Amino acid sequence: MDASRIERSLARIAHEILERNRDLADVALVGIRTRGVVIAERLAALIREAGEAILPVGSLDITLYRDDFMRHPVGPQPLVRSTDIRFSVEGRRILLVDDVLYTGRTIRAALDALIDYGRPRSIQLVVLVDRGHRELPIKADYVGKNLPTSPVQSVQVRLREVDGLDEVMLEEGA
Amino acid sequence: MHYILRNGRVVDPAHGRDGQFDVEVRDGVIVRVGTTLAAADGVTVLHVPPGCVVTPGLIDMHVHLREPGQEHKETVASGAAAAVAGGFTAVACMPNTAPVNDSAAVTRYILDQAAAANLARVYPIGAASVGSKGEQLAEIGELKAAGCVAVSDDGHPIRTALLMRRVLEYAGMLDVLVIDHCEDPTLKGDGVVHEGAVASELGLRGIPGEAEELWVERDITLAGLTRSPVHIAHLSTAGSLRAVRAGKARGIAVTCEVMPHHFVLTDEALRGYDTNTKMNPPLRGSADLEEMLRGLADGSIDVIATDHAPHHADEKALSYDQAPFGITGLETAVSLTLDRLVHAGVIGLSRMVELLSANPARILKVPGGALAEGAPADITVLAPDLPVTVRAAAMRSLSRNMPFEGWQLRGGVAATIVGGRLVYRNTAVEALAGWLA
Amino acid sequence: MTAVAPVTALRGRHLLSIADLSPAEITLILDTADAMKEVGERTIKKVPALRGRTIVNLFFEPSTRTRTSFEIAEKRLSADTLSLAVSTSSVVKGETLLDTVDNIEAMSPDMLVVRHASSGACQQLARRCRSRIVNAGDGMHEHPTQALLDAYTMRQRKGRIDGLQVAIVGDLAHSRVLRSNLLLLRKMGASIRVTAPRPLIPAGIEALGATPCRTIEEAVDGADVVMMLRIQLERMQTLFLPSLREYFALFGLTADRMALARPDAIVMHPGPMNRGVEIASEVADGPQAVILEQVANGVAVRMAVLYLLAGGSED
Ligand SMILES: [Zn+2]
Ligand SMILES: [Zn+2]
Repeated sequence: MDASRIERSLARIAHEILERNRDLADVALVGIRTRGVVIAERLAALIREAGEAILPVGSLDITLYRDDFMRHPVGPQPLVRSTDIRFSVEGRRILLVDDVLYTGRTIRAALDALIDYGRPRSIQLVVLVDRGHRELPIKADYVGKNLPTSPVQSVQVRLREVDGLDEVMLEEGA
Repeated sequence: MHYILRNGRVVDPAHGRDGQFDVEVRDGVIVRVGTTLAAADGVTVLHVPPGCVVTPGLIDMHVHLREPGQEHKETVASGAAAAVAGGFTAVACMPNTAPVNDSAAVTRYILDQAAAANLARVYPIGAASVGSKGEQLAEIGELKAAGCVAVSDDGHPIRTALLMRRVLEYAGMLDVLVIDHCEDPTLKGDGVVHEGAVASELGLRGIPGEAEELWVERDITLAGLTRSPVHIAHLSTAGSLRAVRAGKARGIAVTCEVMPHHFVLTDEALRGYDTNTKMNPPLRGSADLEEMLRGLADGSIDVIATDHAPHHADEKALSYDQAPFGITGLETAVSLTLDRLVHAGVIGLSRMVELLSANPARILKVPGGALAEGAPADITVLAPDLPVTVRAAAMRSLSRNMPFEGWQLRGGVAATIVGGRLVYRNTAVEALAGWLA
Repeated sequence: MTAVAPVTALRGRHLLSIADLSPAEITLILDTADAMKEVGERTIKKVPALRGRTIVNLFFEPSTRTRTSFEIAEKRLSADTLSLAVSTSSVVKGETLLDTVDNIEAMSPDMLVVRHASSGACQQLARRCRSRIVNAGDGMHEHPTQALLDAYTMRQRKGRIDGLQVAIVGDLAHSRVLRSNLLLLRKMGASIRVTAPRPLIPAGIEALGATPCRTIEEAVDGADVVMMLRIQLERMQTLFLPSLREYFALFGLTADRMALARPDAIVMHPGPMNRGVEIASEVADGPQAVILEQVANGVAVRMAVLYLLAGGSED
């Protein structure tokens, strides 16, 4: 995917969000660090430009909730960064945003983390790319692109704000 | 048993000898020292391996043998075995046993144990005060008659100046040497290591060098007052040595000894909190160590002794401030002295023999210290170039508390002969394989 | 101070001394503590990061404050924890330090948080133990997590540590907090002045990186941070100080003395405070005091240390 494909995908997702959520008063976006936050901010901007609403955006660091490193007590701990959610999630409809949906474990950790902040009314999942190979019963509500992959491939999402350019690349070798 | 130690380098400063000589021994006595002695029929010839050095038997005038009372740390027999393995033909043992050696009964017990072990000669040192409590004079006459060669309250200083004065007068009258463990306990307080930047950094309570120096000055002053000799045990600071030099210059009969750990280690060794670096007096700073080296070289230090202080591993497994003071020394002293003093060029072999044999014999007034015709054949054979790796597990002492584990040193002991009997032969010196046990 | 390349992990398997940490590792701990602090501000103050790990708090010396802080940190990380107060009497009875720990280790904990009245006890244990060890204060030697939480508080309030002028006042001789702080502040580029009655200044203090001052006025003058150390009342009375009254008169932090520091200076104290001995109540309760923030930050910093040590290299 190149920059314009990414742009179009996001625009479509923003449109779908507006369609499915008539009243935006209690909706908020929460991006999973790092690139999920960038995507959440772009979606918030698109919705604002559409004149619909100014949605609050939060960022979620899920390091402390990950289950992969806990199973390997040896090896350096992943770097922890701060979660920054400056609104109450209690009773809100949360749009949880990430770049790639793969096994579902990241989303599982993010759901645990989010629920520790309160009890949202609902959580919907937004991803730019769904590459399949789920290991948990998790499904995205909004998908930019379904990208069939093999488990030995990896999906690299690069975004201007973080990486200097917009692209999604399928690379060989996980 | 009649044999000749053939053609070894004999270093015997008391006779001004340093060269290739034969030493003839018959029935436990040195009969002749000379060149190319003829071997009559029935006389065994033991060739001294090239590079080995024949010296008068080494004497450690400051050890703790722990018996009676603390036989889990050391016994007279295990201590005597450690002594001969370390090249010592004789040791003088301090009285802080349980009970304290303040009576003829304890002295005789120690001598009986030593006779049974039949290895190194053991010279008991009696207590200066009853129970070493610093209150009442011990029966020094009785102790001398039973076999004590000196008195001391080692483990503690002789407590008050008045008592020290009386001990010096009384022991002096009986021609018994007084040895004092010098530290002002009121200045030492609850210190455990040398006071200085290292102690401050490690959070360990310090003992200033001045706690020792005050006491050395006191003892020298009182030796002057009483005109009796005093021997300063385990001297460790530059200030103490300054006081000893000044006392000697004033004509006072003061002598002193230094331990190997005080000329090879400083308080830097405390980092890591190995309790085997804890002893009293503590490891000092580098300026003190430098001064010890100067004193050893210039003759102002009379003796190298070990303050061999065995402790059980469980006692040393306590935290640093709670672990007991003291390290073993009998089996490392010769290697440390050869490596760090002789090979380092601080002193020569002849001076080493003075420090480890001639001077302790003279100060304690015991036999030995020279290879004299007609004297008991107490002889140490050194292997000055033997590579030695220090291993506590290989030692004869019952205790293993020493900070030199794994050290690689140049120089060791080849053989030890007491009363003409070969009581120790180092299997690492292959050329000695033919020597009889 | 030159910029240091960031690191993402600690090299050591234990936290025994600040001396073992590089400036980059200290920064990593403080940055991680930022995230941990956010956890403490939530309604549900708990994350599953150390789920399934066992941490034993082994206190050979009682300390309610430090033990509580570690316990909260451990619980917030979902570790299984157990606190043991080992009475010194069993040590006196002849059970060695190492015996005690051998018994605990037989239960395979992942980490031991150790407080001991003897300097070096944690280093002695680390030579013997399989578990990772966090030094929670060893005698008069070090209290690394206290120095880290102090640094965290300074960084939070002053935005930096590099270039700060820090005055430390109190029982320097017996303070493990001092030793850890000297190591940390020097590594991070602060300059340090210390003052105390002369009997409480350890030998060779300059070699530890502090400039000793004769008076508190001299030490506090122009300081960004004034750190007061606790005077242990029971220890002081005989030979170190004539009286606590005189100590306060000569070295107590009063509002007048605090006025010599920079106007935006902060006042710190590791607690528990002796009001009217080290510090006047008006200063302890005044706007410059950050003493309660230190306590709150202690939990976040300890969470960071526990989390980072739970990973790390195998040896
Ligand atoms: Zn002594
Ligand atoms: Zn001694």
